[in-house]
Amino acid sequence: MITLLNPTKMDNPETSAALRQGKPVWRFLLAEMKPRGKFLTPFNIVSLPIMLLGLVLIVIRFWKGIGSITNLSQDIPWGLWIGFDVVTGVAFAGGAYVITFMVYILKMKQYHSIVRVTVLNGFLAYVFYAGALLLDLGRPWHVINPIIGNGFGTSSVLFLVAWHFLLYMIAELIEFSPAIAEWLGAPRIRKILSGMTIAAVIFGITLSTLHQSGLGALYLMAREKIHPLWYSEFIPIMFFVSSIFAGLSMVIFEGSISHRVFFSQISEKNHRAQQGILKGLSKICAGAMFAYLFLQMLVFVHNRHWDLLGTPMGYWYMTEMIGFVLLPMILFFISYRRSNVVMIRVAAVITMIGVILNRLNVTVIGFRWDLPVRYIPSWMEVVVTLAVIFTEIWIFRWIINRMPVLRDPPEWAHDNI
Amino acid sequence: MGINRRSFFRVLGLTGATLAVGKELSAGSVRYGGIEFYGILYDSTRCKGCRGCEFDCAEAHGFPEPPPSKGLAPIRKTNENCNTVVNTLKSSKGEVYVKRQCMHCNEPACVAACLTQAMHKTMMGPVTWDGDKCMGCRYCMVSCPFDSPKFEYHSPNPKIQKCDMCFERLKTGEPPACAYNCPNEALLYGKRRDLIREARKRINDQPDLYVDHIYGEREAGGTGWLYLSKVPFEELGLNTGVQQSSYPALTKGFLYSVPTIFVLVPSLLLGIHQATKNDNPAQSDEDGQS
Repeated sequence: MITLLNPTKMDNPETSAALRQGKPVWRFLLAEMKPRGKFLTPFNIVSLPIMLLGLVLIVIRFWKGIGSITNLSQDIPWGLWIGFDVVTGVAFAGGAYVITFMVYILKMKQYHSIVRVTVLNGFLAYVFYAGALLLDLGRPWHVINPIIGNGFGTSSVLFLVAWHFLLYMIAELIEFSPAIAEWLGAPRIRKILSGMTIAAVIFGITLSTLHQSGLGALYLMAREKIHPLWYSEFIPIMFFVSSIFAGLSMVIFEGSISHRVFFSQISEKNHRAQQGILKGLSKICAGAMFAYLFLQMLVFVHNRHWDLLGTPMGYWYMTEMIGFVLLPMILFFISYRRSNVVMIRVAAVITMIGVILNRLNVTVIGFRWDLPVRYIPSWMEVVVTLAVIFTEIWIFRWIINRMPVLRDPPEWAHDNI
Repeated sequence: MGINRRSFFRVLGLTGATLAVGKELSAGSVRYGGIEFYGILYDSTRCKGCRGCEFDCAEAHGFPEPPPSKGLAPIRKTNENCNTVVNTLKSSKGEVYVKRQCMHCNEPACVAACLTQAMHKTMMGPVTWDGDKCMGCRYCMVSCPFDSPKFEYHSPNPKIQKCDMCFERLKTGEPPACAYNCPNEALLYGKRRDLIREARKRINDQPDLYVDHIYGEREAGGTGWLYLSKVPFEELGLNTGVQQSSYPALTKGFLYSVPTIFVLVPSLLLGIHQATKNDNPAQSDEDGQS
């Protein structure tokens, strides 16, 4: 993983604000657009062709219709793009609201060094994965309708989710905006923007509570279409609770990679703090997963689906619950007790696979499980999904290399949160 | 900490704002109490399987002509190019016929699902689709228990297609094309209440012929289309697994919780924020090191 990404040389602690001195803003922006560092890295060589191919496929999709590149059908209207890109992607973006809650509301300052990168990750996830939704919309030019009131479908869960996506993106942007101001070297604007942080955080957490669960509530009306082991009236609560450890596992995973790839940007102090942060997060993960598992068991017992455990879907359900919830929960717990960073990372990866499985089980695998012809995503759907993820990583890297995200903010921007 | 006047107003303002937003987002299921819907009673015992309604429907909606009966698959479904099909099925009482199309629920899942109100339950009863509003998200298809809405997957400007009970004809006072043209009087168009009365009467008059159930009277909370049959409805291939109550009600609890959460969560967060606020920055730095 280390050599895959492209570590640019930012040894020079010179800040962007200093670079900007004497240049008009547009010249500065233009100069910043240029790529930095080596271009032909393994990551670029792998990701570029996929992104280009994805672009071609997107053109075909808008030209010939969604059916031309996807395996969706009249029975399966939502596939990989919704089930993975949107539903799973948003769960992984849940780290932002958990970390901002911990740092700004509970004032757990030891996590302050990872707030910016987590918020940036959350913001980009929403922009890209919710943005990928546009590809899945048959009539995307009408996407603005529920916002401008060409039909306020207030009885729809999707109406709520759409509004929340929009508002949450704005809240995340406000939370991140001081970093942009520092990059542009604008102290006055930065002061105004950071004054809005707490309000944005409170608003953002509230929105997250509702739309993380709302994504699950979308499926409440598909009562007979989802396998009974995954359908219950508690899907919204399950989605919310699992978004806590899904988001934090993503923070652990992303943080572990960033700390190597962007090694030179991170201060000595924050490098040392890394282990403590991982330990703390693993404890929270273990706790959230315990609550989640307990809820799942309650629902299972309440619904009395014992007979279904002996079926293939039952084995699959047990695999998800034992292999991808119980096991990583125990690993998180042990690694917290033993301060084992490697084990924390392993647990995070298993948890992430488990979250992907769970979201796909509700939205794709368990959806119309009884049909004779099952939906399997076409290779083109997979390529477009990969292209979206790679584009996000490119933008992420571009921002990390320019704005003070992992790096400490410039001298003039120090203040107390 | 203490609450001074300024922070009090700040809390007040925030709560007020969330209340306003929360109200706008709050929603329940769509209610139609007290309105008399029109519907169609389909008596499958009278149907001869001639498929004339398929042709009338295609003509009324500008669809391509349906395929000839010879060599048809036994179970066909409606699709983006045909709003209704008549299937010929083998049953415990010999050959039976069943017409399929959108059921026009009293409380349609698709209408509750639609975030732009493109799906609309008209006062007369038909559930219609508005292309000027629809964004093509297909949430209606996910939600519909009968899988009625169909999507044009191979068009750059796709539409949702489903039976609209010939709403354009209804507006001019004409009955739906299929009901108007059925040579066997298997289709009867009228007020839903009258249709249920008529269906009951038929069952009472010929209890040996009919199964004692009107499919659609309670299914999915009541539907505009009502079915009579001489064999159990599973044998007709109808979805007998649908719940006997409204589908939009399934999301009601969640949607009702929205305003509550919008009031309680921000207040709680603001409270914790005030409580954990440290007025002594020197001390907070020490905490940061721990």
